[in-house]
Order: sequence, then structure tokens, then C-alpha cells
Amino acid sequence: MSVPTLAVFKLASCDGCQLTLLDCEDELLTLAGEVRIAHFLEASSAVTPGPYDLALVEGSVTTPADAERVREIRAQSRHLVTIGACATAGGIQALRNFADVEEFTRAVYARPDYIDVLATSTPVSDHVDVDFELRGCPIDRKQLLEVITAYLAGRKPDIPDHSVCFACKRRGTVCVTVAHGTPCLGPVTHAGCGAICPAYGRGCYGCFGPSGSPNLRALIPLLHRDGMDDRAVERLLRTFNAPAFDKEVRS
Amino acid sequence: MTNNPATGVLDRDGLSALIEVLAAQGRTVIGPTVRDGAIVLAEIGSADDLPFGWGSEVEAGRYRLVPRADGAVFAHTAGPQSWKTFLHPQREKLWSAERTPDGALSVTEDDPEQTSYAFLGVRPCDLRAITIQDRVLAGGRYPDRGYRERRTGAFLIAAECTEPGATCFCVSMGGGPAVDGSGFDLALTEVLDQGGHRFLVRVGSEAGRDALDGVPHAPADAETEYAARAAVDAARDRMGRAMPPVDLRTLMGESLEADRWDDVAARCLTCGNCTMVCPTCFCTTTEEVTDLTGDHAERWLRWDSCFDVAFSHLHGGPVRASARSRYRQWLTHKLSTWYEQFGSSGCVGCGRCVTWCPVGIDITEEAAALHDERAGRLRHEKQKETQR
Repeated sequence: MSVPTLAVFKLASCDGCQLTLLDCEDELLTLAGEVRIAHFLEASSAVTPGPYDLALVEGSVTTPADAERVREIRAQSRHLVTIGACATAGGIQALRNFADVEEFTRAVYARPDYIDVLATSTPVSDHVDVDFELRGCPIDRKQLLEVITAYLAGRKPDIPDHSVCFACKRRGTVCVTVAHGTPCLGPVTHAGCGAICPAYGRGCYGCFGPSGSPNLRALIPLLHRDGMDDRAVERLLRTFNAPAFDKEVRS
Repeated sequence: MTNNPATGVLDRDGLSALIEVLAAQGRTVIGPTVRDGAIVLAEIGSADDLPFGWGSEVEAGRYRLVPRADGAVFAHTAGPQSWKTFLHPQREKLWSAERTPDGALSVTEDDPEQTSYAFLGVRPCDLRAITIQDRVLAGGRYPDRGYRERRTGAFLIAAECTEPGATCFCVSMGGGPAVDGSGFDLALTEVLDQGGHRFLVRVGSEAGRDALDGVPHAPADAETEYAARAAVDAARDRMGRAMPPVDLRTLMGESLEADRWDDVAARCLTCGNCTMVCPTCFCTTTEEVTDLTGDHAERWLRWDSCFDVAFSHLHGGPVRASARSRYRQWLTHKLSTWYEQFGSSGCVGCGRCVTWCPVGIDITEEAAALHDERAGRLRHEKQKETQR
């Protein structure tokens, strides 16, 4: 079997997630031996045309051009994995989904008629079939390696979708909500980060989006109890995974 | 307190010396210590690491570390961990496999030398929990070798309970604040009165006697014994909570279709905290690790929870997809089907699941509600019967 090709693409995003791939310093040489990196502009301007075996797609769909491009990427990719909160939930730019984009363009740009954007920022899976979604803002390096390794081995990646609380308890972090009354989204947030924030005494802010079975409505009274008013709760939920949490609030 | 004669009295220096003796035996001494606003279990270098002058105030979904003017060291209730953190660690390697250049596989079972622990301050509820996990993990035909070795090698210093918390209900689960019978090497009872800050010591094993012989201690005196007994007896009456005094096993079995499960499911975050803090919850999943080349693979055991949707994933999807079914699985297993499986209840009444549930779901309140619902149902059926 020939070496599989790997392609990395980006839509509307900050590049942080694809940077995570370059951040796999110890594994990069091994990875380069197991795949042929055919399209990864952040690493090399040398590009090989598709089709590609494994495509990693970062970023959300925010323009008609993105929507067209993501269909092209899908058509060229045998296995498509979206990486990061933008690609899996719309990202911070999905805050526009709750506002009037035309009003923004009028206020910001001298020639708003030059701006060709969609009214919403949406995850890639709203546009094309996605084989796997890797969450996080940014994604976790080890989880990215697990996804690639699992693909190479022909197995499912081991990426649990339970809550961040699992990770806190495993690493022995004292619960910031129970012991300190700190508002925390950990009980409704998808694990994967290793529960970094509570380990440093701050509440989880949900950068991995909702867990596999979130009960957000049961958590909101706790956020209120711990000092957050409705506006503060809304702000906490409306960050990198705003549409995903919004759907849970309404469910 | 009757089975083992009191054999000595330690003061703070004696306690300190005991830690040194155990450490000199090559043991890793684990005990309570203050970290991040709670009393956690961690490696203890000396008695200075122990939580002298710290206590805890707990309620459902709430824990606060509070200073204590009396300087007590064991006057706190269950923190976010239990001894299973050490005996049944959250992640453990089972084996690794290598693919040789000629394509053959070689599998190596992981068999590390296990840490020799000394646990300082094991509460009676946790002593029972360890016995329950012994049955689960080291009993039966397929014992967990790592667990068994760590457990066999562990030196247990129990600490009787003199300060139960608001979420404690061990008495209603058939336990109590006193250490009875066996299952420990040394048992301490903290005494704080005009006679000073001291610990009544009872010996539970040969190893316990040897350790005590190695530290300066006074002979047990009637006053200390009386004060210790009084403190533990008083604790028995100060349990913050109680399970309803009914046959929980039957109650659970006859409540499978109860409406209460919907009520609790609306509040339950399914976050898994209750199972992680429970000293008897033992469930694990296996994690298959491969490297990028595919030439090296490992299998690890890691804590899992019946609150994880994937936990009951079989062909086609999870068996317990709803929060209702998952909470019901946890409670009915803990209080009822555990008997069929392991010959006892799975609950020791330590109160951790009540304290460390972020939304404060209270196992005793849920059991009481299920009991009320069942009683109402039975009354209704009886009325219908008499009307006929």
C-alpha cells in the first residue's frame, strides 16, 4: 500500500488548530514517514493536487466562497476530519448568528457592497458529510495524534464525549464549583482538554463545546447561585461554541 | 471499640514518629492534607503535612474547608477522593505489544513492582468500602493482579470518626463511626480534652504491633479510653443524613418504572462525579493505544462510569441513552443488584456522592422519594382491592 496523503485546509479560523499539528514536535518526523503531506500551507508552500486520503479541515463556513470550497475539499478527500470549535460548531465568529451582519458591515466598512459574507457562521458538517469531528479551541495535540493514528491503523479514534468532570476527578482536581462556588461549565462540556482550567482554580468555559449528554438546563441555576446573572450566563455560553450551547439551552 | 483492646496512646510526636517508621519500611505514606481548598489524600512526608486545625463543612453539592480552633487533625469528612485513587488507580497499563520487522507480534504483560502503601486516617466507612472493592476486584475467579498486590501490601491505619458531616449516613447503611473487628493494622481515635491532644491506638495485626513498638507511646489509660469511646458514641447520633429504614434491595427492584427517575433525570447533569468520588464504584474501560507506525500497541485500563453514554454502547448504539436510565442503573446497582453480584450493598454511607454532586442530588432523598412513591402505589392498589 502506498503512503496515504494528508491535506490540511482552512476556512474562517485563526490557524491555531492546524498549528497544533506543527506543535507535535516529537512525533512530526515519524508522522512525515507515515503520511505524505500533500497540502499544508502553514508548513509548506509546495502543494500536490488531490485527491487526498486524509483531510483535516479547520475553520467555519462564513462566505459563499467557503461554502463552495468546502464542497470541493470534500470531493477531493476520502476521509474528512474537521478540527476545532470553528469547524465543528461555527467558532467565535458564529456570534454573528445572533446579530445582524448587514448592520456590522455598514458600520465597519467604507464600502459594504464589497463584502460578500453569509448571514451565519456554520460548522463544516452543515455543508458536507464529515467523517469525524475533533473538538476544542484549540484542539488538543494528543487527541489530534490519536485521530491520525487511529486513521492509519484503520480503527475508530478513542475520543470520549463525556464531561470535563471525568478528567477533573481522574487527575484529582478539587471541584471548583462544589468547594469554591466558582461557576464552571465542566459538567456539560465535552472532555478532551485534560481539564486544564479547573486545575488552575478557574471554571471551565466550554471551549470544547457540549458533551455527549449535556443537561445545560440543570446547570444554569447553579451559575445563577454562584453569582452570574442572565447576561453573564449568556456571555459564558456564547464564546467559541455559541450555536452548539444555544441549541442545548433551547432543547 | 470492644473487639480490640486499647494498647496505647500517641501524642502528635508519636504520630509523627509512626509516619517516619512506616516511611523507613519503604512505604509510601498517604494521608489527608490540605490542597486547593479541600482536604485531599496525598503522599505525606511528615505529620506537618496533616490537616491539623482544619475541618470541613459539607452539604449536598457543597464543600468548604474551615479552620478549627481545637487543632484537630481527623475532624473532617470525606473529601473528593477515596483510597481507590491509590488501590484502583484511574489509569493502569495492562500490556504492550511490539511488531518485529518480520511481522511477528510479541505481547508483554505489564507487571511493575507495586507501591507499598501505608494509608493514614482510613475512616470506618472507607474501611468497609475497601472490603467491598476487595470482593469486586480481588475476589472471584479473575482477580485484578495489580489491585491485589497493592492491597495485600498496604498498611492501614484507621481513624475512628468523631466528627460526622451533614452528608454522612453510614449508620443507616449498617456501619458506624467506630472501627469494629479486623481489616486494619492500627486504629486511632482522636481525643481532644484537658488531657491534651492525643490518639488512642488499637492494634489490629502483627504488622501493626511491630510499627507501634517502634514509636514512643504511652500505655492506654482509662481516661483516654473513656473520652475516645464517648466521642465515637456521640458521633453515631450526629449523622447528618439517613437512608430510609426500609429494605432498599426490594425497594429498588420494585421501583424500576417509578416516576421519580424522570424527576431526578431532569436535575442530573450525568457528569459522572458521583461515580468518580464513590469509594466502591469500580467500573473501567479499556483503552487501546497505538503509535503512528502501528508497530507498538498498549492496552490500558481507565476509570469509566455508567453515566457515560458510551459505557453501555453495544452494536447499534447505547443501551442506556437517557439520563433516567443511567441514574437508575447507578442507584439500583449500588443499592440492590450489588447484592446479587457481590453479596452486599455497594453503598457505605460516606456521603461523597451527595457532597460532590454539583447539583446536590442526594442518594438518601432519592431513596426516600422512591419509597414514598412505592408506598403510595401500594396504598392505591390496596384501596382498589378493597373497593372490589
